[in-house]
Amino acid sequence: MNWGWIGSNLGLIGGRVLEHLALTAPPIVIGLVLSIPLGYWAGRSQVARSILLSLGGVLYTIPSIALLVLVPVVLGLAILDPLNLVFALSIYAVAIMVRSAADAFASVPQDVLASATAVGFSRWQRFFAVELPLAVPVLLAGIRVVSVSTVSLASVGALIGIDQLGSFFTDAFQRSFLTEAIVGIVCILLLAALYDVILSRIGRAITPWNHARRMAAPQIYAPQDAEVL
Amino acid sequence: MNLFGGAFAWILDPAHWSAGPDISGHLLEHLAVSGLCVLIAVAIALPIGIGIGHSGRGRGAAILISNIARALPTLGLLSILILLFGIGLLPITVVLVILAIPPMLAGAYAGVESVDRQTIDAARALGMTEWQIVLRVEIPLALPLLIGGLRATALQVIATLGIASAFAFGGLGIYLINGLAQADFVQLLAGAILITALALVVDGLLAAVQRLVVPHGVALGRSNPNDPQKRARAPRPRAVQEGMQS
Repeated sequence: MNWGWIGSNLGLIGGRVLEHLALTAPPIVIGLVLSIPLGYWAGRSQVARSILLSLGGVLYTIPSIALLVLVPVVLGLAILDPLNLVFALSIYAVAIMVRSAADAFASVPQDVLASATAVGFSRWQRFFAVELPLAVPVLLAGIRVVSVSTVSLASVGALIGIDQLGSFFTDAFQRSFLTEAIVGIVCILLLAALYDVILSRIGRAITPWNHARRMAAPQIYAPQDAEVL
Repeated sequence: MNLFGGAFAWILDPAHWSAGPDISGHLLEHLAVSGLCVLIAVAIALPIGIGIGHSGRGRGAAILISNIARALPTLGLLSILILLFGIGLLPITVVLVILAIPPMLAGAYAGVESVDRQTIDAARALGMTEWQIVLRVEIPLALPLLIGGLRATALQVIATLGIASAFAFGGLGIYLINGLAQADFVQLLAGAILITALALVVDGLLAAVQRLVVPHGVALGRSNPNDPQKRARAPRPRAVQEGMQS
């Protein structure tokens, strides 16, 4: 480890951390926002579920460098445009997130939905006041996985010259300078941890009933066992 | 689309199948290294995952390790290991095995955990030992999710191995790297299509295996998508844990 290098390059490191943040936050948000309607649809219809999930599987199979270089060709952007990375990462985020969202909406018990309808909720009211909040825990678990993999996947952008934390890896390889690669990995892990903490805090804040109930009845999300018993 | 037509023409061009290190050579290399990495990952993750699923212990640790492994950037890990050990197969294999362990581990423990507790109790009541329960009851019933984990692992390894070509590895990623360096989008797209096609073919083969080996009566795939998650939270009967210790 060359600590002196870190000291004299704090500005560069800080700049790349910010760039990494700016490139990864939009795909995570886009992944969540797009997966909610898609997942809702997949949670309601078995046909939609199998189509969307296999499509997600195929999209996820496309190698990341390939997707990164194909996006500008298809969209007609400049190859060094950071938007390419945002777009490619959004595709992966949606591909992973659709499954979680489908599971999230399927996890809302049918009798709860029936009760909401019986009490007089309209479809839209029922969606926003009942289904979406009850789907939050599973959605949150999914978006935490997405945030971690997005942060790590973004580094591949360095191979096509989009500057972010991954650039430390290509620089380190070209200059045979281990310190740079280690700095890059540590920053990426810290950033992934930061996203995870922020997302779980948000999750706690928007599902206060979840903690209160979990203490009282630990198997609140295990209705399957009621059947077994 | 013209570009896609060009890419398919590039792939089908006999010149790319005969001269020097051709498509078939890179394809075999890609397949061999992916296969090696998946095998090592299975050898490590399968016993651990089955142990976690059977005993209900160590789940938190497994999830934590999986999450950290997921956060590790392949490119970064690869560049560090190559700087430490030099260019070669060793760093590539190590990185891909690290990448391949989390999905395999998750498939293994989710599969074993998803087995109905009553079925296991019934097996125990019949006088089966813990080993017999694992080998004859839990593993056969867990097969859909186990092979599901294997399919996810194989997909991920085949797709990610393309990155290794940036570090002097052959494989199909070579067309991505060369295409990028020469700004030859046809070659690049051809490489992407070849890797994606390889991944899909392997996935299809494993899906066929899944159909063949899963016992009759076990629902293929996840008929109830929430089942494993819900089971995972189910409290484990004490007898299971005591059985493991004796």
